[in-house]
Order: sequence, then C-alpha cells, then structure tokens
Amino acid sequence: MKQDFIKGVRAGIPIMLGYLSVSFGFGINAVALGLTVAEAVGISLTNVTSAGQAAGITVIAASGTLLEMVLCQMVINLRYSLMGFSLSQKLSTNYSTFHRLLTSFGITDEIFAVAVSRGEPVTPAFMYGIEIVSIFGWTVGTFLGAAAGNILPRKMIASLSLMLYGMFIAIIIPPAKKNFRVLIVILMSAALSVMIKFCFPVISAGFSVIICAVVSSVICALLFPRNEEEGGDG
Amino acid sequence: MSAIIYIAVMAVTTYLIRMIPFTVFRMKIRSRFVRSLLYYLPYAVLSAMTFPAIFYTTGDIISASVGTLAALILAFFDLPLIVVALCSSLTAYAVSLFL
Repeated sequence: MKQDFIKGVRAGIPIMLGYLSVSFGFGINAVALGLTVAEAVGISLTNVTSAGQAAGITVIAASGTLLEMVLCQMVINLRYSLMGFSLSQKLSTNYSTFHRLLTSFGITDEIFAVAVSRGEPVTPAFMYGIEIVSIFGWTVGTFLGAAAGNILPRKMIASLSLMLYGMFIAIIIPPAKKNFRVLIVILMSAALSVMIKFCFPVISAGFSVIICAVVSSVICALLFPRNEEEGGDG
Repeated sequence: MSAIIYIAVMAVTTYLIRMIPFTVFRMKIRSRFVRSLLYYLPYAVLSAMTFPAIFYTTGDIISASVGTLAALILAFFDLPLIVVALCSSLTAYAVSLFL
C-alpha cells in the first residue's frame, strides 16, 4: 500500500516537472486574458487539463455562454472518457467505487499513459501518488506563471505563451509521422480552423475548435475506420 | 458573469467526463465508428486549437512562426514534450530580441 504510493510519486515526478513549465505558460495566458491569479490557480487545481483550460479561458475572456463552456469542455476532454474507460479495465481488485470517484479527478493524458503502460494492475495508492505530485506541479506552475507575468520582460512572457502550443505540437506530430490517417485528421482540422478564423470570424474560438474537431474526426472515422487489433499508435 | 461560475461549470463538466466512464460505465464500446472517432478526436482538437492561434501568441508573426517551426522539427524527432515546448519558446524569444 505504502510502497505503491511511493511508486506513484516516483512515476509522477517527471510529469510534475513537465507540468510546472507548461502550466507556467497557462498562468501567463490566463492573466493576459484578464483573469486574476487566484482564478487561474483555481482553474488549474479544479480542472488539471491543458487543452480544456486553454479553451476555457478564451470562453471566459469572450464572455461566452455557459452552454458554450460545457460543449467546449465536453468535446475537448472527451478523450478522458475513453482513457478512464480503458484504465478501468486495468485496475486492481481492491479498487472500490470510492477510490474510483476520487482518482478519476486526475486522469490526464500523461497520468493515463504512465499508469496504463505499467505491466501490473493499477492500485488506488499508485494513482493517489502519481496524481498528487502531478496536480501539485500543475497548480504551482500556474501560480508562478500568473504571478510572474508582472515581473518578467514583455517579450519573454510573449514567448513563454508559446509553450502550451509547443506541447500540443509535440503530442500530435510523432503519431502523425507514424500514421498517415492521423496526419490527415490533423491537417483537415487545422485547415478548417484557419478557414473559420478568416472566413467566419463571428464563430468564437471555443465553438470553432468543436466544429473543426468533430467534422474532421467524423470524416476520418468514416473514411479510415480503425481495426480493433491496432494499438495506440496504429 | 462572474468567472467563478465559469470555473465551476468547467470543473464539474471536466470531472463528470472523467468520472462517469471510470466509475459507472463498465461495458465495452463495440461500435467501430465510435472507437475510431474517439481515437481521432484528440488529435483534431489539439490541431484546431494550435492552428492558427499559435501564430498570434507572441504578438508578432515572425517570432511565433520561427518558434512554431522549431516545435515542428523537434517534435518530428520525437523529443520529449517539455523539450519541444521549452525550445519552441526560447527560439521565439531569441528571434523577438532582434525585431
């Protein structure tokens, strides 16, 4: 039990370091869009999701509707449903509903990937360990970014806001290199997004992401359905 | 509208998305279409969020474009997320100093 917690903490340390710097960028972006430091930290502590938060603050800044916020978060974070489902197949037998309710809070891309790729069943203690250090890094990084936004030179802040997008690129390019169909969905979605930005500027950034993502994924799912035996990268 | 309301709605939506399948739903998704859709969705989302927004992050298109190019090249060579993110930002900063 205690050993599993320590294993989780160890597995979480590289995730924490990565999150520190990426959420630093989020903190800067949030303050630049007019949110307070406390609001930025509150978002990170309660959401723990890079893409969802980045879209969420644009909805807040544009005074979008709550429906837009819900739809936006649903579409962007839908992958966590699949990850949660997939992870639920690998849980240890002592994983009670209570632990499921608590630990589902911290399922992120990185935590999922690390937890699911270990050869052994996932225990609640492991999940608490990996989630606590990762969420700590995510929240502290946001605070530093949001607070230091006033201290750092303007050009440096401007460049740091690239970090989050740099991470997105680092997530999508390696699978696109291996899988032509992933490349197609990425190019289609980016092309739609550029088109909406310039041809239909009335569509808000949040809805634009939803439209682009759903349209391009549906088209690719119809054109290139996946076989069951294909792995994560397949 | 207060930011607190937005944050609460955001947090609850995100939590439910994570919690429901992990806790309640224990059936295997069989539809090939749905499984394919769920597979493509995250890539499409990240791509739509990144482009064209990334070109406007630094305030000038030139430094942002060079930073984007750096990220694309490093990501192509499978460097870790954090390395790609940091180098992309540093490159854009270095370029912006000359503008």
